[in-house]
Amino acid sequence: MSFFKRMKEKFTNQSETVTEKFKDGLEKTRNSFSTRVNELVKNYRKVDEEFFEELEEILIEADVGVATVMDLIDELKDEARRQNIKDTEKLQVVISEKLAEFLEKEDEDNKLNIQEDGLTVILFVGVNGVGKTTSIGKLAHKLKQEGKTVMMAAGDTFRAGAIDQLQVWGDRVGVDVVKHSEGSDPAAVVYDAVQSAKSRGVDVLLCDTAGRLQNKVNLMNELEKIKRVIGREIPNAPHEVLLVVDATTGQNAMSQAKTFSQTTDVSGLVLTKLDGTAKGGIVLAIRHELEIPVKLVGLGEKVDDLYEFDADRFVYGLFSDLIMEEQDETIN
Amino acid sequence: MAFEGLADRLQQTLQKVRGKGKVTEADVKVMMREVRLALLEADVNFKVVKQFIAKVKERAIGQEVLESLTPGQQVVKVVNEELTELMGGEQSKIAVANKPPTVIMMVGLQGAGKTTTTGKLANHLRKKNNRKPLLVAADVYRPAAINQLQTLGKQLSMPVFDLGTDVSPVEIAKQGIEKAKEEHHDYVIIDTAGRLHIDEGLMDELSQIKEIAKPDEILLVVDAMTGQDAVNVAQSFHDQLGLSGVVLTKLDGDTRGGAALSIKSVTNTPIKFIGMGEKLDALEPFHPERMASRILGMGDVLSLIEKAQTNVDEKKAKELEEKMRTMSFTFEDFLDQLTQVRSMGPLDELLGMLPGSGQMKQLKNVKVDEKQLNHVEAIIKSMTKAEKVQPEIINASRKKRIAKGSGRTVQEVNRLLKQFEDMKKMMKQMSNMQQKGKKKGGMGGMKFPFM
Repeated sequence: MSFFKRMKEKFTNQSETVTEKFKDGLEKTRNSFSTRVNELVKNYRKVDEEFFEELEEILIEADVGVATVMDLIDELKDEARRQNIKDTEKLQVVISEKLAEFLEKEDEDNKLNIQEDGLTVILFVGVNGVGKTTSIGKLAHKLKQEGKTVMMAAGDTFRAGAIDQLQVWGDRVGVDVVKHSEGSDPAAVVYDAVQSAKSRGVDVLLCDTAGRLQNKVNLMNELEKIKRVIGREIPNAPHEVLLVVDATTGQNAMSQAKTFSQTTDVSGLVLTKLDGTAKGGIVLAIRHELEIPVKLVGLGEKVDDLYEFDADRFVYGLFSDLIMEEQDETIN
Repeated sequence: MAFEGLADRLQQTLQKVRGKGKVTEADVKVMMREVRLALLEADVNFKVVKQFIAKVKERAIGQEVLESLTPGQQVVKVVNEELTELMGGEQSKIAVANKPPTVIMMVGLQGAGKTTTTGKLANHLRKKNNRKPLLVAADVYRPAAINQLQTLGKQLSMPVFDLGTDVSPVEIAKQGIEKAKEEHHDYVIIDTAGRLHIDEGLMDELSQIKEIAKPDEILLVVDAMTGQDAVNVAQSFHDQLGLSGVVLTKLDGDTRGGAALSIKSVTNTPIKFIGMGEKLDALEPFHPERMASRILGMGDVLSLIEKAQTNVDEKKAKELEEKMRTMSFTFEDFLDQLTQVRSMGPLDELLGMLPGSGQMKQLKNVKVDEKQLNHVEAIIKSMTKAEKVQPEIINASRKKRIAKGSGRTVQEVNRLLKQFEDMKKMMKQMSNMQQKGKKKGGMGGMKFPFM
């Protein structure tokens, strides 16, 4: 019970807008997920094999991923045996607690590594169509709001119209874009951008790259080169390599995270389109199976709908109904 | 390679059963659990998995398998048949309207690949069906989406109709179709903006476009990497618009593509095309039976043959076979073949289609380095005509010259010469074997000496 209490104390007294946004953005996931767990608890009085099998299905359907689900179910079974829980309603609390445990990692840094002084370079990578360019536009806006000077590098020289797309974002949020023509060498674009960011004393440089599938060796090598070029110009740069992942992606997200990490040392994830899917479960799998922290989440289509990821808020967004119920009970 | 993960899993499971004399019901149960996990890991929707397992299990436990002498193979057969059926039975073609122009509407989530697929489809229609499509840019929301389509149009030298971003997509569609009629285009492809299936306002806009455009095809473009949600997406687009088909994109990635299995079974909408790469000709018709075979590791020989047929000159292939038999195969022929095979597409893709390639460990992680092939080409091209025909005359000083000319090392030249000799020997053996058996291999006159 301590877990719910902690959550409750942390969030119910303060109606922060960001917390609300997490709650709204995760509405679909919460509805499909919590509702189904509730139904399950109602349908099954007793904790038995069948109950766990159904639970397994609910979790898998939320894209939590087979390996993570199996781990979770095993731990739940152990826990149920240890505490001798026979009643499904009692187990419900344990389920939420376990999920929260999976989500939370001790001393993990979700903050973007922005340098106090000097230039910060952030490289964006990912497969096609996950929302790299859009995320850059949103992040540029966010950083500008925080008073930073920002520059963008149009490193996607491959896809038709990608440079224009970034330029439109640049005009929209009022940020300079360094670009070459379509089909030019992306490493050269990035090199120029670094030079010009240095000479103009910009705070943050955001580098776009073309979407690439992680099994294309040559394209991955190209990415490595881009990273190398940045590192040669500025020691310790890029300060962040952010892998952008579409939240509707299934288990392939794991393969993406692994392969991109091998070539570019991904330092964090940006999870986009989280509001559109009822399957936010992939966050759980990523956090359970990988060592890469989720740094930013996209919770809507507006320019300011990009947020720093916060495990507590995520858990709250996922279980706010349950937490509220709990609260009612304590009042009664 | 798409689906290979699934093929591996199933193969491992079935390996245990294969070669077993008798199968008990308990065996089937264990097997089904493995198949279930494999399918779930491949992002197949869990409801679909459930149905699938139930069906296979019924047939497996039934007499069909238990009574058969080769139960393992029977199960493979059953799984294969059911997979094929699940993915849509026969292949379906693109519609043709009675009265031109045929209108095709592309819909889908953001980032699925609608605009790219629009370009690919237009290219496909012109190349394979000899049509003259007009592209209509109705994505007024995403920055520079219209520019993207215009750029694609330029690359294909095809007209693109647009009215900027200030006109409603409904109006753009209407005027686009009128223009197509005036200019006698036989196909109109409308590229719409990506939208969430739960966004009522935008979904309503699609219904309005449908009202006006009366499309003959509404194609849903789905990212093959989509997880469990693929079914919901397809379902709600289908409920609101009445889809006529699905295009599965990014299948050249390493996704297991379970979405393909789910969509058809839940929405009863056929998968018409698959996107297999970033180039504009990387759109292929979907073959459910081939895909099922591929899942089971039986290789995609049919696709390979088809590729070979469109790209290989038959007469040349005959000549080649003759040369192989008589050992008069030269570096010139080799170069010829190299170009032909490479024109079929990236080599690792071709390798993936070969039967059993999923099983062969050494092939599994082969990343054919196209650069290496460039080097080989360079070396051969640095030889004189006489050297190409009679490699025996290549002595040390000639080797040095060739190495210099191609910018490679003498060692590399040596290696190539040695490999070429070995290959010739092997080819002779192979063609001798064929002659004896009086049986021609499934690939007709085609040989891939360096594979």
